[in-house]
Amino acid sequence: MNPWPFVIAAYAIALLATAALLLASFVSMRSAEAAAEKLRDRT
Amino acid sequence: MHALANPARFLRIARPATGWLLAVGLVLAIAGLAGGLTLTPPDYLQGETVRIMYIHVPAAWLGMAGWAGIAAASLSQLVWRHPLAAVAGRSIAPCGATFTAICLVTGSIWGRPTWGTWWEWDGRLTSMLILLFLYLGYIALAAAEKERSGEGRITAIFGLVGAINLPIIHYSVLWWRTLHQGQSISFSGSTIAPSILWPLPLTFFGFSFLFAAAVLMRMRAEIARAKLEARLRRSAAE
Repeated sequence: MNPWPFVIAAYAIALLATAALLLASFVSMRSAEAAAEKLRDRT
Repeated sequence: MHALANPARFLRIARPATGWLLAVGLVLAIAGLAGGLTLTPPDYLQGETVRIMYIHVPAAWLGMAGWAGIAAASLSQLVWRHPLAAVAGRSIAPCGATFTAICLVTGSIWGRPTWGTWWEWDGRLTSMLILLFLYLGYIALAAAEKERSGEGRITAIFGLVGAINLPIIHYSVLWWRTLHQGQSISFSGSTIAPSILWPLPLTFFGFSFLFAAAVLMRMRAEIARAKLEARLRRSAAE
């Protein structure tokens, strides 16, 4: 059995899941902080 | 930890720390993964599939460390009523769930060519699967309690009770000696050859820093949303 497809699949899944977690966290932080900033400037 | 319970003080530290953790985590993780994929020799028994260890082991550690963090936050919330404890617990949960899922999937992928099966109801595998379900339960419970404007006490109790699974995961390979191999790395040393072992600390710390960065970003988002809600409520009352 060629092991490389298994190794590549494991790395791809781990990297995609980590990237998705970081991206979702970053977008959530940026949008929440921008909305809070915007309201502070308005009030 | 008590000093960080103040949101303003926490944000003063969290803002610069987020970027640093992200940058250092990315450098270490990329270096470790690249080294593990290209520079280390194949294992004499497992062959090339040993390279999956460089993502599987940090993911397993972060899945367990995440719940230990939830338990510590739950304790702080119930005992000292730290204002940021519930925020920390809610922010850790999706990160811990992600890495527990990564651990299960990469372990399954490793198991197929090595053990000849994708899954076995082995003590370690089953207790890790239970950890994933605990995370999903915690996330659902925290969301439901927040929606009802609750203090999050039931979620905190769930976080503490769920910690009972951590020693079960840790000792599962000793209590039920089935398919999953025993502990290879401990405080007293490692049974893995140094030529194969060296990228593991890099990915271990790399993914740990990325995990911490994701938690800080989620905590900052929660604090900003709470500020926004408070301001909206104040302006509606005026």
